[in-house]
Amino acid sequence: MDEHEHPHVATVGSYVVIFLILVALTVLTVFTALSPLGHWHAPVALGIAVVKATLVFLFFMHLLHSPKLTWLVAGGTFVWLGIMFALTLADYWSRGIVGRYQ
Amino acid sequence: MSTVAYSPPKAEPIPVAGDYGPETRVDYINCAWGVRSWLLTVDHKRIALLYLFAITAMFFLGGAFAVLIRIELLTPKSDLFEPDTYNRMFTMHGIVMTFFFLIPGVPSVLGNFLLPIMLGAKDLAFPKLNLASWYIYILGCLLTLAGIIWGGIDTGWTFYTPYSTRSAHTSVMPVAVGVLVLGFSSILTALNFIVTTHTMRAPGLTWFKLPLFVWSSYATSLVVMLGTPVITTTLVLVAVERFAGVGIFDPKAGGDPVLFQHLFWFYSHPAVYIMILPAMGVISELVTAFSRKTIFGYQFVAFASMAIAVFGFLVWGHHMFVSGQSPYASTIFSLISYVVAIPSAVKVFNWTATLYKGSISWATPMLYAIGFIGLFTIGGLTGLVLASPPVDVHVTDTYFVVAHFHYVMVGGTIMAYMGGLHYWWPKMTGRMYPEGWAKAAALLVFFGFNLTFFPQFLVGYAGMNRRYASYVDEFQVLNVLSTAGASILGFGFLLPFGYFGWSLRYAKAAGPNPWGATGLEWTTESPPPPHNFEVTPTVTLPPYEYATHN
Ligand SMILES: [Cu+2]
Repeated sequence: MDEHEHPHVATVGSYVVIFLILVALTVLTVFTALSPLGHWHAPVALGIAVVKATLVFLFFMHLLHSPKLTWLVAGGTFVWLGIMFALTLADYWSRGIVGRYQ
Repeated sequence: MSTVAYSPPKAEPIPVAGDYGPETRVDYINCAWGVRSWLLTVDHKRIALLYLFAITAMFFLGGAFAVLIRIELLTPKSDLFEPDTYNRMFTMHGIVMTFFFLIPGVPSVLGNFLLPIMLGAKDLAFPKLNLASWYIYILGCLLTLAGIIWGGIDTGWTFYTPYSTRSAHTSVMPVAVGVLVLGFSSILTALNFIVTTHTMRAPGLTWFKLPLFVWSSYATSLVVMLGTPVITTTLVLVAVERFAGVGIFDPKAGGDPVLFQHLFWFYSHPAVYIMILPAMGVISELVTAFSRKTIFGYQFVAFASMAIAVFGFLVWGHHMFVSGQSPYASTIFSLISYVVAIPSAVKVFNWTATLYKGSISWATPMLYAIGFIGLFTIGGLTGLVLASPPVDVHVTDTYFVVAHFHYVMVGGTIMAYMGGLHYWWPKMTGRMYPEGWAKAAALLVFFGFNLTFFPQFLVGYAGMNRRYASYVDEFQVLNVLSTAGASILGFGFLLPFGYFGWSLRYAKAAGPNPWGATGLEWTTESPPPPHNFEVTPTVTLPPYEYATHN
C-alpha cells in the first residue's frame, strides 16, 4: 500500500551513479589504508564506511522516499546500536579510572 | 455490509459430544487431510500445531537432560557420569530448553494460533513466511541434534569465550549454527506479528481495545527484532575466531573475552523478556476470564510491556559483575536493573487488583495463573537481590542463581504456557480436557516445582556452585529434596501429555465459548473455520467487558 502512496520510482541511471560512487569510495578506502595517516586511519576508514552505508540505506534500500514509519524503524535500529556501543564502552572507558581517587 | 457487532458472550453450559460434531462443519482441521496438507499448509492455526509438536518434543528432550542432572546430584560424588559428561548434560539441558522451548514456546504456539484470531484477521500478514519460520526452526533443531549426537557440547548454554573458541573440543559449531539458524525463525515470526498487528486489525479494533496478549506479543516481537541479530552476529564472530583464528575474543590473538559477554548478554538478557513477556500476556487473559472482571489499569499493563521491552535492553551488565567489568559500569547496570523491576511489579499488582472482588473460579488455567503470580514474584524479587553487585559477587555461579532463573522461567513462562494451553485447548481442538486430571497435574507441577527449586536457593546461598558434578557432603539433604521434587514435577508434565491426547478422541465437545470469556477468539467456532470467522467481526467494546453482562 505504501508504495502506491509514494509513487517515486528510482531510475536505473540513479542506481548506476550510486554504484559508481560506492566503488570510488571503496578505492578511496584502499588508498587511505596505504597512506601514512597515523592515528587517523580508523576514523577516516569508518567515516568513509558511514557515507557508503548511508547511500545504501537511502537509495538501494529505498529509505529516501519511504513513509515516516520506515524511517522510525530504521532510526530505531540505530538507537539500539547506539545503546549497545554506549553501554559497552561505558565499561571499557571507565576501567582506567578504577582506584584513581583512592 | 455483512459484519456482526461484537458483544461479549455469556457463559453457556458445555454442550455434550455431538452438538458440534466435526463432521457437520468445516473447520481448519477437517478441511484437508494427509501429511502434505499439513507440511505445506499456510494456515496459521495448522502451523501453530506443527510448532506444538516440535516444541513439545524439544521440551521432553531438554527435560530428559534435567532428569539425568538431578539423578547425578542425588549423591555428592560424581558417580553416574564423568565430570566431562556432566558438563555436556547441563549444557544441552540449557541450550535445548532456552533456545528451543522457552524462547519460541508461547509466541510460536499460542501466538501463532491466537494473534490473527484476536485481531479478527483471516491469517498472519505473511502466511508463507510463517511456514518458512517453522522449517527454519526444524533445521535449527536438526543441526543442534546433530551436534548433540556427534560429541555433544560442554560450553554451558552461554558459549563463553575463550573456552568456546579455543579450548572446547566438543561440537560447538553445529550447535552454535543451530542456534544461529533458530534466530532467523524467531525474527520471521516477530516480523509477521508486528506487521499483522499494525495492518490487519478488525474494524473498530483500535490499539487500546487490543487484548493484552496482543500487546505483550507485540512488545516481544520488537525485542526479538532488535536483539536477535546481535546473537546471530556474535555466533558468527565465534565461528570466525574458531576457524580463521582472527583475534576477536581470544586475548592471545589480541581479542577480549569480556567483549563476548557484552554482545552475548545484549541479546540474552532481553531474551529473558522474550520468554516472560508473552507469558505475562497469557496471564492477563486468564486472570480476567476466571475472575470475570476487566483488567485493573489496562493502559498501565499495556505500557508496562513496552517499558519492559525498552528497559530490558539497558541492564545486561548485571550478568557481568565478576567478569572484570568496570565497577562504574556495574553500578549503572545495577541501578537500571532495579528500574526494570517497576513495570514487572506494575503487572503483578494489577493482576492482584483484578482478582479483588472478582468472582473467581478455580479452573485449571486459573490454578496455573495464580501459581505464576506467586512464583514469578519470587523469581523477580530474587532477581533484585542478584542485581545488587555486593550480593551478586557472593552468590555468582551458585545454585541461588539457578533457583532464581528457574522461578522466572519454569515458575513463570512454563506455568503460563501450561495455563494458556489448557485455556485455549478447547478452541484449538474443539474438545475439553478432563478437568479433574488437569487440576491434579497443575497441583503436582506447583508442588513439584517448589520442592525442586526452593532448596536450591538455600544450598546456593550456603555456597554450592552450579555446573559441578560433585559437591560437599553437607549439601546432600537439600539436593535429595530437589531431586525428589523434580520427579514430581516431571510426572506433572507427563500427565497433560496423556490426557490431552485422550481428550482429542474421547472428551466432550467444547462449543465456541466454554469459559464464557470475552475476546474475538471466543466468538468463532471451536475449532475455528479455515479463515477464522464466517463474517469479519466489528469491535465496539474494550476488551474484558465482563461487567456489562455479569
Ligand atoms: Cu539479566
